[in-house]
Formats: sequence, C-alpha cells, structure tokens
Amino acid sequence: MNIVRPAAAGTLESSDALVTVEPAPQVKIAVSSPVQKQFGEAIKRAVRETLQELNVNGAAVTVQDRGALECTLRARVETAVRRAGEVG
Amino acid sequence: MRRSMLFIPGNSPAMLLNADVHGADAIILDLEDAVSPSEKDAARVLVRNAVRALGYAGTEIIIRVNPVDTAFCREDMETVVPLRPSLVMPTKVADENTVLAFAKMLDELEAKHGVPAGSIGLIPLLETAEGIENAYRIAKASPRVKALFLGAEDLSADLRARRTKEGREIAYSRGRILHAARAAGVDAYDTPFTDVNDDEGMEADAALARDLGFTGKAAISPRHIEAINRAFSPSEKEIEYAREVLEAIEEGRRQGKGAVSLHGKMIDKPIVDRAKRVLEMAEALGVRA
Repeated sequence: MNIVRPAAAGTLESSDALVTVEPAPQVKIAVSSPVQKQFGEAIKRAVRETLQELNVNGAAVTVQDRGALECTLRARVETAVRRAGEVG
Repeated sequence: MRRSMLFIPGNSPAMLLNADVHGADAIILDLEDAVSPSEKDAARVLVRNAVRALGYAGTEIIIRVNPVDTAFCREDMETVVPLRPSLVMPTKVADENTVLAFAKMLDELEAKHGVPAGSIGLIPLLETAEGIENAYRIAKASPRVKALFLGAEDLSADLRARRTKEGREIAYSRGRILHAARAAGVDAYDTPFTDVNDDEGMEADAALARDLGFTGKAAISPRHIEAINRAFSPSEKEIEYAREVLEAIEEGRRQGKGAVSLHGKMIDKPIVDRAKRVLEMAEALGVRA
C-alpha cells in the first residue's frame, strides 16, 4: 500500500498508543514510550512487521506509546496506514 | 449459562484488555453506539486484534455491529465473522426483515471464511416501539436467533416516555419481549441498569427482571456484574427445595402414589419442571452439583 497522506490512529490514553504515518521514501520508525528501554525494540519490530503485512515500503511512523499491548499497537499502526493509504 | 452480559466499548484498549476479568458470563464488544463514526475503522481492527490475541477463554463473545442500513455494517460483519463470536447483536431491529438480512450475510460470510455453517447466532436488540410489537416474529424469523434483548434507553425516547429507575414505563415492553421469547423458545435479556452508583437500585432491577422470567441482564459497568450473577443464580434455599421436590417425587413413585405433597403443598408438574431447571443451573454453576 502506498502512503499518500499523513494520518493518525489511537490516543494518548493509558494502554493505548498514538501512531502517526506520513509519506516517506523508506520505512522510518520513531518510538517514545515509558517502557522504551525494555520494549523499544519490540515496539519497532511490531511496527515493521505490521507495515510488511500491509505491503508498505515507504512511511515515516511515529509511535507515542502509553503502555499498549502488542495487539493494540498493531491495530493502531494498521488503522493509521489504512487512513494514510490510497483509497481502493 | 449466560446470566450477565457486559458491554465493552470497541475502541477502548484499556477496557478490552480487562474485558473478561469482571466475572461476566458474556462480553458484548461494541462497534455501535460506544464508537464515534470517525473511529469505526479503528474499533473494528482493535476488536479483531484483541479477540485474536487475548482469546477471552471461558467468556462468551457477543459483538454488537452497526445497523444494517449504514455503510459500516457490511465491513463490521466482514471483520466479525472470522472471529467466530457466539452471537452477533443487530441493533434497532424493527421486524423480521433485519433478522433475515443478517442471517443471509452470515450464510455468505461463514461460507467465505470457512466458519461452520449456522454456528454464529443472533441476539436482536429491540429498542423501538415497532420492534417490541414485532418481537415474536423477530424471534421466529431464523433459527439463528438465540435470544431477544430489550434496550430501554432508545425505546423510552421512541415511546416519548420518561426513563425511570423503577421502569414502569417499560413494563409492557418487558412483558412483551419475555412472552415473545418464551413462545419462540429463545432466551430473553433485560436492559442494563444505567446508574453506576446505585447498588440498591441495581439489585432491585435485577431481581425484578429475574422474577419476570428473564434469562439474564446486560450491564454497562463491571460493578454490576456480581449483583446480576447473584440475582440470576439459584439461591441455596432454592437448590435445597428443588432437591426435596425431586426426592419427594421419587419417593412417591416408589410408593406408587399418584399425587405427592411436600411441606403440606401439592407438587404438580410446573413445580417439578422448575426444580429440574434450578438443579440444572446449579450444576452448570458448579454449586453442590
């Protein structure tokens, strides 16, 4: 999927994450999280895998994590990508 | 065994995370009223991921989807069917046509996603005057209908009634839904009690629904689950009496008696049937089985 516009999904509430996706030539992921040291890499890996599943090869993704479970994080990335992607 | 059904907003990760820890027999993952139109897409993906990752083992899953005449409904159903919920809850069901539309969608989507045919049931939410009047036809419209569920908030608005804690304004609707459901051989569920801070009111409302014959009751707050489960479970006294009834019947049979009495009261078939139901429920609950 091609990212054609900036979009966001999620919230800054506890157990959620606010994910923004913008057009970019390659995949770039920035994470801020209260559990950055322990889970920063795991969060990036989950984002990267979700992008691959959706065939996204170029996107600038920022994740403001508020302690989201991996299933929540993946849901927010998927929703942001769909909102940012080409329609149809 | 489904006494309590807890509503969980479909776009709330914190509530989805803990959906099954409150002791509710079923959780209703809500894609409809609890989710704003701009977040329907997000809720759908979040509910799908939560069900897949968390599983909610031991809790029945019901998913409330958007009305059939909205653009959201089809996408909801495409997401929901592969999750194999026990029941899908269509809302504002006014007549049997809505049930038939959902049954048709389920036929098609179960086949498409490799879900056993007929395995997903329906629990129509009746929350309009028209829906209440058509309750029996709705209950009989498809074998997928497993229960009717009364939604009193929208209904009161439709009736132009004032919604009260005592619920006099929904007395007819409760009776109507209950008769329709029992006549059709399906379960009946009562509307949630909406004052989260009124425990006494909650207990009285649950007791009333139980005494009327409802199978159980929905809740919008985890705080209400314990009271609902208690109200819709047989008490120790009821279990004890049910045992005595069946023992008396057995003893009468041994002695070749045509009529049997217990504590000076004749035991007839309705009493025996009720006693059997009480003991079946006690066994299902693991109470002195």
